[in-house]
Amino acid sequence: MSSSSAAASGSADSTAARRNTKRPKYSKFTQQELPACKPILTPRAVISVFLLVSVVFVPVGVASLLASRKVVEIVHRYDAECIPPSNSSDKVAYIQNSSVDKTCNITLKVNKHMKSPIHVYYQLDNFYQNHRRYVKSRNDEQLRDSSKWDSTSGCKPEDMANGKPIVPCGLIAWSLFNDTYVFSLNNKNLTVNKKGISWKSDRDHKFGKDVFPKNFQNGSIIGGAHLNDSIPLSQQEDLIVWMRTAALPTFRKLYGKIEMDLNEGDTISVTLKNNYNTYSFSGKKKLVLSTTGWLGGKNDFLGIAYLTVGGLCFFLAMSFTIIYFVKPRQLGDPSYLSWNRNPGGH
Amino acid sequence: MRSGRRKRKLHLSKLYSFTCCRASSFEDELYSQIGGRGYSRVVLCNEHGGNLESEVVRDYADNSVRSTKYTPATFLPKSLFEQFRRVANFYFLVTGILAFTKLAPFNAASAIFPLIIVVGATMVKEGIEDWRRKKQDIEVNNRRVKVHKGDGNFEYTEWKNLRVGNIVKVEKDEFFPADLLLLSSSYEDAVCYVETMNLDGETNLKLKQGLEITSSLHGNLSFQKFRATVKCEDPNANLYSFVGSLEFGDQKYPLSPQQLLLRDSKLRNTDYIFGAVIFTGHDTKVIQNSTDPPSKRSRIERKMDRVIYFLFCILFLMAFVGSIFFYILTKDDLQGGSMKRWYLRPDDTTVFFDPKRPAAAAAFHCLTALMLYGFFIPISLYVSIEIVKVLQSIFINQDIHMYYEQADKPANARTSNLNEELGQVDTILSDKTGTLTCNSMEFVKCSIAGVAYGRGITEVEKAMGKRKGSPLNHEQVIGSEPNSINESSNGKASIKGFNFIDERIMNGNWVNEPHADVIRRFFRLLAICHTAIPEMDEDTGNVSYEAESPDEAAFVIAAREIGFEFCKRTQTSVSTFELDPVSGKKVERVYKLLNVLEFNSSRKRMSVIVEDEEGKIFLLCKGADSVMFERIAKNGREFQDKTMEHVHDYADAGLRTLILAYRELDVEEYKEFRNKFSKAKNLVCADQERQIEKISNKIERNLILLGATAVEDKLQNGVPDCIDKLAQAGIKIWVLTGDKMETAINIGFACSLLRQGMKQIIIHLESPEIKALEKDGDKLAIIKASRQSVLQQISEGAAQLTAYRGSSQQAFALIIDGKSLVYALDDNIKNMFLELAIRCASVICCRSSPKQKALVTRLVKSGTRKTTLAIGDGANDVGMLQEADIGVGISGVEGMQAVMSSDIAIAQFRYLDRLLLVHGHWCYRRISSMICYFFYKNITFGFTLFLYEVYASFSGEPAYNDWLLSIYNVFFSSLPVIALGVFDQDVSARYCLKFPLLYQEGVQNVLFSWRRILSWMLNGFISAIIIFFFCTKAMELQAFDSEGRTAGRDILGATMYTCVVWVVNLQIALAISYFTMIQHIFIWGSIAFWYIFLLVYGAMSPHFSTNAYQVFAETLAPSPMYWIVTFFVVISTLIPYFSYSAIQMRFFPMFHEIVQWIRYEGKTKDPEYCHMVRQRSLRPTTVGSTARLAAMANDRRDRTTINRR
Repeated sequence: MSSSSAAASGSADSTAARRNTKRPKYSKFTQQELPACKPILTPRAVISVFLLVSVVFVPVGVASLLASRKVVEIVHRYDAECIPPSNSSDKVAYIQNSSVDKTCNITLKVNKHMKSPIHVYYQLDNFYQNHRRYVKSRNDEQLRDSSKWDSTSGCKPEDMANGKPIVPCGLIAWSLFNDTYVFSLNNKNLTVNKKGISWKSDRDHKFGKDVFPKNFQNGSIIGGAHLNDSIPLSQQEDLIVWMRTAALPTFRKLYGKIEMDLNEGDTISVTLKNNYNTYSFSGKKKLVLSTTGWLGGKNDFLGIAYLTVGGLCFFLAMSFTIIYFVKPRQLGDPSYLSWNRNPGGH
Repeated sequence: MRSGRRKRKLHLSKLYSFTCCRASSFEDELYSQIGGRGYSRVVLCNEHGGNLESEVVRDYADNSVRSTKYTPATFLPKSLFEQFRRVANFYFLVTGILAFTKLAPFNAASAIFPLIIVVGATMVKEGIEDWRRKKQDIEVNNRRVKVHKGDGNFEYTEWKNLRVGNIVKVEKDEFFPADLLLLSSSYEDAVCYVETMNLDGETNLKLKQGLEITSSLHGNLSFQKFRATVKCEDPNANLYSFVGSLEFGDQKYPLSPQQLLLRDSKLRNTDYIFGAVIFTGHDTKVIQNSTDPPSKRSRIERKMDRVIYFLFCILFLMAFVGSIFFYILTKDDLQGGSMKRWYLRPDDTTVFFDPKRPAAAAAFHCLTALMLYGFFIPISLYVSIEIVKVLQSIFINQDIHMYYEQADKPANARTSNLNEELGQVDTILSDKTGTLTCNSMEFVKCSIAGVAYGRGITEVEKAMGKRKGSPLNHEQVIGSEPNSINESSNGKASIKGFNFIDERIMNGNWVNEPHADVIRRFFRLLAICHTAIPEMDEDTGNVSYEAESPDEAAFVIAAREIGFEFCKRTQTSVSTFELDPVSGKKVERVYKLLNVLEFNSSRKRMSVIVEDEEGKIFLLCKGADSVMFERIAKNGREFQDKTMEHVHDYADAGLRTLILAYRELDVEEYKEFRNKFSKAKNLVCADQERQIEKISNKIERNLILLGATAVEDKLQNGVPDCIDKLAQAGIKIWVLTGDKMETAINIGFACSLLRQGMKQIIIHLESPEIKALEKDGDKLAIIKASRQSVLQQISEGAAQLTAYRGSSQQAFALIIDGKSLVYALDDNIKNMFLELAIRCASVICCRSSPKQKALVTRLVKSGTRKTTLAIGDGANDVGMLQEADIGVGISGVEGMQAVMSSDIAIAQFRYLDRLLLVHGHWCYRRISSMICYFFYKNITFGFTLFLYEVYASFSGEPAYNDWLLSIYNVFFSSLPVIALGVFDQDVSARYCLKFPLLYQEGVQNVLFSWRRILSWMLNGFISAIIIFFFCTKAMELQAFDSEGRTAGRDILGATMYTCVVWVVNLQIALAISYFTMIQHIFIWGSIAFWYIFLLVYGAMSPHFSTNAYQVFAETLAPSPMYWIVTFFVVISTLIPYFSYSAIQMRFFPMFHEIVQWIRYEGKTKDPEYCHMVRQRSLRPTTVGSTARLAAMANDRRDRTTINRR
């Protein structure tokens, strides 16, 4: 009974241990000894990273810049000149007066050969398409599904007109841009192709093929453009483009394409209907003709930025090289340690 | 067989002459309270014959215990409440609710979703933890014990079914299931041995004795008719008191703690006991005693809260600024009936945008903005930290280098809250016994007849030897560390408590020594003069001993090993096997044991009087040198000078010494003594003790000196080494012990906390004046004088320190005893005391009570405002462990009170260096980097939202799609940061230990200083600005692709989002210094997941994905613009940080970066070089064996220069 010795508790424990040990299992993982790469910022690594970045950035920058430079762009601001001088004191009253003919003629001069297709944009300024009230003011269901034509939640105050639901409802649709441009070159009309200016997914999935405008612009205040009630929304590409709200208060939207080359020296006359009211909020309106390259439109920013940063990296690489040579590191100098600098600690 | 066996048992209670087992009587005033207030418990023992089912017990708690925080019913409300007490969570709850109103900038589901994930994860964690506790409870509650079921039948039942009044039978090595009244045991006189290690951490056995009246209840059957009533105190937490009475028959008997067996203590050396259940379950003393561990929060977390408040301030500021702009812009929209921004229809709008009520609109807008900029506050921070900490704890528990083979104990991080606090410890307050020392004594040396024997090497000598052998070559020390476990187990596998090597007297060689007869007497004395009990292992014939104190066991074992094997104790005799020098055979000798004069702290000696086989009567005595030398007879001083010299040497080496002496009594003298002695023993209580002492004193005279023993109060393995490491790391170590000053100083020397040449400032109250006052007994005068004296000693010490300030070489040690500590901790003096203590290299408080330990801890904690760590193993350390910022319990032996109240339990003190220097450092670094990074990533994300608002006339329109917005924290940026928190290592464990100074990064808190936090935040702002402006500038107006279409809100948002995901993930890749596969998978996986998510999300119906419908597949992916912009923005955003860290790494490296350099350059193989780095960045270390060695070297150098002069 008393065969096991109580005093030698150590031995008793160790036999128990063998049966059911709590010894942690050894593995590289549990012991935190997994093979690992432990990079440190050696001078060589730093310099080569900087050099590598500059070596990559400079060519990309050059390519981007070239791509941007190749693009030919004509920008013409017309919101001021299309107000008759007699009305220049009260532009808002002029634009809101629906009985006046707002036709306006401008000419654009082509300074460089423009290759087809030439994209026509309108550019608005100081127009907050990203305002929360504005962005939310639409009903995607209604746009997509003809059976949901009466669902207008979120569209206030442009949800109902004369007691009937509006299709498409909401502020975005209601404020659809309605200036129109007619281009002619040497008195010959240039056709503007308005097909394919929107994203395909919008046409196919967001705007229904059997959803037709109803009761649109019938309210007390008329916002922007009217829509043709007999064309389904999926084909109303101006609306689709407009409904894809812009990110920033200055934006361009695609109006159409001119599928014809323009030669240097050509003068294009544009007959435009200056309908859209940007005068209330003193926004500018511009007409833009632009070709595109592989990188899109004309914007030197990216190319210049690439080149700048690439150059900066090169400069940094050089300075690090020089510093490393001129001022070798003093390893283990205790004066660098914060607690030696500041013995009191924090 | 059983009855035969019992006859062999002793009436052990009679062996003892002093305090033990004295029956108490009703005279005590305490007993008069029984039945009154606080003493109202009535227990009917064995009522209903123990019939469990039908028992109508009084309303006492049952014996099941519950340690869980929640029950299934309370889990949901209680844990939810806990969750939302956190400011950040509450904020998200409020915004989540607000999201259901029109105010929301995004849809409600997407706002609630992350909150649900985060809160859900935390609750799951809580639930799992509680489930573990529940399982433990179930295990305990279902342990089985034999209970009287009536008619003398004892059957097994679960602990939880025990009821007050049941009779239980507990067998050897079982735990008591509840607080029991000891009725009888396998011994005749109802004594039993109890191990109370779980309660107070003391390893020696305690003797308990039942009342005489019940001691005859031996057989199971005798309980058939047993009935008794116990009246006693109500449940309370005091372990050492018990007041009650037993009504048995018509008589009343007083009960004392002597009869109470406490739950969770263990029956030892006794075959079985019978007991009546008095307190059950939560009424038991041990459970009453257990307080919930105080919930401690780490310094970093507290600071993090402040940072979060700071972020809230930024958030409110941003929202406020936004609202002001919004107010202006909104008001502007309608001027005298003409609409400015007519497309917003300001004439017909809701209150949120109403230009006629711009103030209200702005106020509402402010709420919207708070919701939108809420991405500033890292919602997943708390839950991530909790996950990370749990994983870190698992790593700590899994560390094989902190696993103690002998006791089968791995480290156990009981709370995961404090992992990073381990990396910031400034002061360690350590208990001595069981912590620094293993509370096991080893017989190492002895001096017999003026000759010193013993070549055993002490732990101190070992540590010093290592250092001396290779002053520069620390690698070997570190390299050999894993082996040292083997080495020690191989070397000493032999015998516990015996570390004596001397071939002159071992293996029977002593017979050839010049003083063979003295040697024989010496060891015979060791074999006889003690109170140990032998236990024969019947299978092997080996004898082991059960002794009251470990030094006693060491002596008996030493005697056995030399050849004087104590083998049997009966009530009246002691038998030994001795080697007969003539025949060379083992012979059994029986000594008649006449009297035992026990050890106590005032006598400082013990004696036995025995009669040998020839009828000669001897008094054998062993005791402390202070009392023994004066008792030596004139003719017994032959070896006194030599012995004294040896004793002095031993004491210097930190060994405990005892002087052995004997005397032969003639029969007459003994008879006289015996008469007087037995008379004194029968006296009534009060005077008895003094009488006995007087009589004993008389007979213990005129002794003949035999020699001295030296026992090593064995330091735990590797303690000096560990202390040295900690000291090099700049951690201050205080020793708080209940031991005597001499012992404490001994240990101080042994651990290298003290050394020769250190100025010791000793504060005590042993001065003659105070002693004189104490004799007078005027309490007020004593207090006044004592306080004066302590104050004076402290200021003198301070003056000494100031005088020596110039020479940094001089180190001071402060030693203070418990009595003085009472005054030093006084409110007026304590700051002076603390200041003095801080300036000393080491501090030792001896004779301190548990409460004083806690008070000292509090003083250090609140006085220095730095992190304190208390380490201890016993119940007396509990206060200290709970008071300190971190309590570390030593779990070397079985589960104990200290462990239960600790935050982290390790098996050995020596693991502390690994726990602090490796795990502490890592965890500190990980958590602080992780938090900084969290702020960074959320600011980067949140600030782009704000910048976008500037361009959206502060209307509260988010730049990103609703769902993308809400899952940023959960999916695209959470895993890498968790990997950082769990796996990152600045330097490997080996280098952490090799360069202990690395630890100062935590103590000085350089990685979580405001400067660093704000720099990271600044980095976040810069990143956000770069991302936003570069993206918008690059994609502003012109055609986005060759088809000529321009970029809308959806495209710009997705591009910016892509950049953010790339940047924050690459940023963490730059910040990580340890790349395993896991990091690679998480980082690159997060980025890849973003694209995958975008694809999948975009493929869902536009009803769900709104403006993200097909955004990647149709618009982004085919466009070179998108890729080129992403590439550019991501790289340029990282350049500022990259340049900064390159410069810092090269010219202002932090210590861990220096170590990384060394590793990288492969200079670690060059010991001198490493030493140089270590030394050059070392603050002067004043304690530890390295410092000791340095001091020795200095000393030698000084001496040689003086000699040369």
